[in-house]
Amino acid sequence: MAQYSDEVMDHFTNPRNVGEIEDADGVGEVGNPVCGDMMTFYVKVGEDERLEDVKFKTFGCGAAIAVSSMVSEMAKGKTVDEAMRISRDDVAKELGGLPKQKMHCSNLGADALHLAIEDYRSKKGN
Amino acid sequence: MREVYLDNYAATPLPPEVKEAMLPYLGDRYGNPSSLHSRGDSAREAVEEARDKVAALIGANAEEVIFTSNGTEANNLAVKGITAGSRRKGRHIVVSAVEHFSVLHAARSLEKQGYELTLVPVDEYGLIDLDELAAAIDEDTVLVSVMAANGEVGTIQPVKEAAGIAAGREVPFHTDAIAAAGTVPLDVGELGVSALSLSSDLIYGPQGVGALWLKRGLRVIPLLDGGVQEGGRRGGTENVAGIVGMGRAAELAAQNMAARSARLAELRDALIAGLPEKVAHLYLTGHPSQRLPWNASFAVEFIEGEGMLLFLDQRGVAVSSGSACTSRALKGSHVLTACGIPAERAQGSILFSFGLQNTMEDVDYVLEVFPPIVDRLRQMSPLYAKYLKERG
Repeated sequence: MAQYSDEVMDHFTNPRNVGEIEDADGVGEVGNPVCGDMMTFYVKVGEDERLEDVKFKTFGCGAAIAVSSMVSEMAKGKTVDEAMRISRDDVAKELGGLPKQKMHCSNLGADALHLAIEDYRSKKGN
Repeated sequence: MREVYLDNYAATPLPPEVKEAMLPYLGDRYGNPSSLHSRGDSAREAVEEARDKVAALIGANAEEVIFTSNGTEANNLAVKGITAGSRRKGRHIVVSAVEHFSVLHAARSLEKQGYELTLVPVDEYGLIDLDELAAAIDEDTVLVSVMAANGEVGTIQPVKEAAGIAAGREVPFHTDAIAAAGTVPLDVGELGVSALSLSSDLIYGPQGVGALWLKRGLRVIPLLDGGVQEGGRRGGTENVAGIVGMGRAAELAAQNMAARSARLAELRDALIAGLPEKVAHLYLTGHPSQRLPWNASFAVEFIEGEGMLLFLDQRGVAVSSGSACTSRALKGSHVLTACGIPAERAQGSILFSFGLQNTMEDVDYVLEVFPPIVDRLRQMSPLYAKYLKERG
């Protein structure tokens, strides 16, 4: 489909890090199926506050799946502080751009990742 | 890679006979039907011959057929032109909730200008409620419009009964027969309608041509003011080659309708029977039996339409979807909503629309490649994961 870049099509066709983490340290969920996109991110935090593992499950269009895959790749190995700085724009840029109408509804991956990290932090704080 | 085109609701292939009929008018038989010289005569005769053939497809008089640029224009001319023609009689219009945008948005546009609009609801199969239709008509009603069949979910409407209700109240009744034409017999006298829209590309004619049949005596105000083409009801030089193509397509459709419909229905039924055996949580949308022979539409639970469409495209299969993500307006299909399908399930909408070029091998190919695509997307879906957990 011509509306998507090669990077988007690659991540949509072969998404990285699909799945759940059974004993996740944090889980973040954004969106809802009624508006078309829903993403759940799972993080496993290791030594030095590094994201040892990141997995996701996504309901949504090609862009939503590609965004989730790209976010998981960008986040893996980063410290939680670094991962919190991954923005929606960074993700779109890494994907070689996203169609204008998909920028808001489908580009939720960074938000879901941040929620998962916040979940980890709040659990750790307790 | 095998190519399986199952998006015939969007575009149909042009049969060689239709292309052959058109070619002279794209070549040395140029001419303007309004010209008084011999070239004009020849072009005019070609247009009139096509008009006869289009009229014959719907059992109409040729002089009551107006050629337009497409189905959308035909529907706009019907909705806006007929209401404008009876402005002094009233300001209320009644249309079904599942009309194509070219009727629905034309009606919405009139609503913005002060008309009152009543949408007639449909049941879960997309069938209009005739009691609600009867109740909606009042003293102020100047037009009722109900489509002959819905292309998106395939449901064939009880147009004759609906038209009878409108006729009993002496209100003009328009039917958008664009999706139905060519595979469903249509006779304007038998149906008792006062206006009927057609589009060339849904009957295997070229794109860019449509037609509106208007019962004699029904007043219509033109959308396009210009010369006296089309009896003064649609100005502008005719698309001669396109009209000739539509005429030939209408002629072929009339000759072969029963055989075409039977063949298409066989393919449709094979897919509708075969797919649920291989894909769980799959729902047929539209009516199970009062259904266009070429339409197999489903809602696939837990996943979204665009993902299915893209993966199918990678396997050479072209389809469409009514999900929010696949629409440029990012809104889910109003037809699925009107049928009461929950928004979340409607996201998994997928439409296989068969055409004359398809074969049973195409169905087999879809039955082979589609189920793994659904599995793949479900493995990624948090909704499916939730469902599995809740099921235990």
